[in-house]
Amino acid sequence: MSSGAIVALTAVLIAASCALCGVFLVLRRMAMMADAVTHAVLPGLVGAYVLANGPNLLAGLVGAAAAGLLTVWLVEVLTRSRGLKEDSAIGLVFPAMFAIGVVVVSKWYSGEHIDTDSILFGQLEFSWLDHFMFQGRDLGPTSFWMGGGLLLLNTIFLAVFYKELKITTFDPQEAECLGIKPRPMHYALMAVVAMTAVGAFSAVGAVLSVALIVIPAAAALLLTSRLPLAILGSVGIAAIGSLGGHASALKFDVSIAGMITVILGLVFLLAALISPRKGLVAQFFRRRTQSRRFAAEMLVVHLLTHEGTAEEPIESAYVHLLDELEWSPKYAALATREARGRGAILMVGDNFRLTASGREWARDLAEQKRFMPA
Amino acid sequence: MNLLHDILFDYTLRSVTLGCMILGTVSGVLGSFAVLRKQGLMGDALSHSALPGICVVYMLTGEKTPILLMAGAGLACMIAAWLIIKLVDNLGIDSGTSLATILTVFFGGGTVLLSVIQRGASANKAGLDKFLFGQAASLTMDQAGAMAAVGGFALIVVFFLFKEFKVISFDPLYARSIGINDQRLGALLTGLLVLAIVIGLNTVGVILMSAMIIAPGAAARQWTDKLNKMLLIAAAIGSGCGLAGAIISIQVEGVPTGPAIVLCLAAVSAISVLFGTARGYVWTQKRRAARLAS
Repeated sequence: MSSGAIVALTAVLIAASCALCGVFLVLRRMAMMADAVTHAVLPGLVGAYVLANGPNLLAGLVGAAAAGLLTVWLVEVLTRSRGLKEDSAIGLVFPAMFAIGVVVVSKWYSGEHIDTDSILFGQLEFSWLDHFMFQGRDLGPTSFWMGGGLLLLNTIFLAVFYKELKITTFDPQEAECLGIKPRPMHYALMAVVAMTAVGAFSAVGAVLSVALIVIPAAAALLLTSRLPLAILGSVGIAAIGSLGGHASALKFDVSIAGMITVILGLVFLLAALISPRKGLVAQFFRRRTQSRRFAAEMLVVHLLTHEGTAEEPIESAYVHLLDELEWSPKYAALATREARGRGAILMVGDNFRLTASGREWARDLAEQKRFMPA
Repeated sequence: MNLLHDILFDYTLRSVTLGCMILGTVSGVLGSFAVLRKQGLMGDALSHSALPGICVVYMLTGEKTPILLMAGAGLACMIAAWLIIKLVDNLGIDSGTSLATILTVFFGGGTVLLSVIQRGASANKAGLDKFLFGQAASLTMDQAGAMAAVGGFALIVVFFLFKEFKVISFDPLYARSIGINDQRLGALLTGLLVLAIVIGLNTVGVILMSAMIIAPGAAARQWTDKLNKMLLIAAAIGSGCGLAGAIISIQVEGVPTGPAIVLCLAAVSAISVLFGTARGYVWTQKRRAARLAS
């Protein structure tokens, strides 16, 4: 297998693992907690490195999970004591954890397996170098084992606790009634996030790990409100992002981790545009339809109010809309076109007249008191 | 005493300590408002978002003129802030997701630009790395001067608009009812926060900047309920930790300034959360016990 393919596949495996736990994090409005945890795993990794006297995958995972849980717990304690709001608590805890990691690395371990550059940007580019050796046999790139293991971990976690995660996310009180405790679920999820962050951390660095966790999930949740679809969608988006990012990074000879994030950002932008319910395009059309209908409604109610009165010839003239109601020619044209299109009015000479269906529509509106007839 | 003499008369040390203290003061004051307005993590997001701005300015000018880099960083931050607010308003997503998305996309874009610059591998490129973790040890008097000018401006604005800022931080609805435009003033406060961030970039770097913004304000809040006192305490904590961190990184080899300052801030925050006279844990418990007893 070529080095490029190994890097691409590693990226997909890790991005997919992140996307899996990301959906529940985003639904629980905990994106910034993910930011905190991905930074805070650093001292855990460093501690494991020191204790195991070298890079050790298992020790690293345990250390990271411990550091992640410590962060979550510290934030909770600081918030509970009422002295601090949650965002301040997060913003206090994770830089401190990260700073401890950076100080230890740059003071004692600079130039070794971990250095500050790889903390920030990860080492995806070199993921094909390390091979997993067991009893003298080469079992393929270590990054496959790491990425595959994390994907397996996340899949099993979601499969086993799907119902519990769902109910504690959407209705914690109901969960409590059913005997499912939200807090242990919360900590279990955060432990999985922290371990997943280790993979992301080693691939794309501390900051961009957050992108892998949050962006595919956020984009998928814009596109669908059905949970299983959102989970599948986020994994798909993660794969598109990592493959697209890898290919374009090679083409332009730039940072792979950076490009993956940029592509994910573009996918998010696309989702924000075309989302059927919340998308900007859908919003634009919805708003336009509404404003057109509103203009037509005002016109028919206006005509109904003066129908059969002495002033009708004056009130129903086109120029009256401009002079007395002070509509702009554009708005008057919009209202009349919409009302005619709906078959609610007819043009008789210079005057508008309600059709039978238009009169009924206007009466309905007047009855609902949406418009107060004078 | 040797150290004191060095700080006062050695050119490098003087600019380093001066720079760190300026940063601590400015970010302490503006961070206090951010903490009160629950915008602490906005500072974190914005500081990351500065990276592409720095890179673009460097690619356009090919130089590291402090004030231009600051301008580029500031512009990128403002665009990011605008986007973060727009995403929440128009897409109905929560602020955390919005922050995390914009933060990482901007930082990722910056990473891409940085890799382009490093491929060019000009002699100057090393300097840009310092924006990530900060390298106060190489602050020049030029930079310290630029920091003082930008920070001084921000503090003067706070001084003159103190009352308005106070109202919109504690009660935006009341502010609106007495005719204060809370949205415009809020945007101004965010703009000033960007100035504080921009000052901090080459001192503590983008990652740890959020601590510079949150910690002094959050710690000061534990000691007082009065805003003017809180600002003064936050400024004192910020500049004190700036000084202490600078000294530690000068004295102990291999410890970068940014993390050193952040660890000092963490220590002060921990003490404040425990022993702060207004909201600290110990006093709150004591008061509660007294209330229960009576």
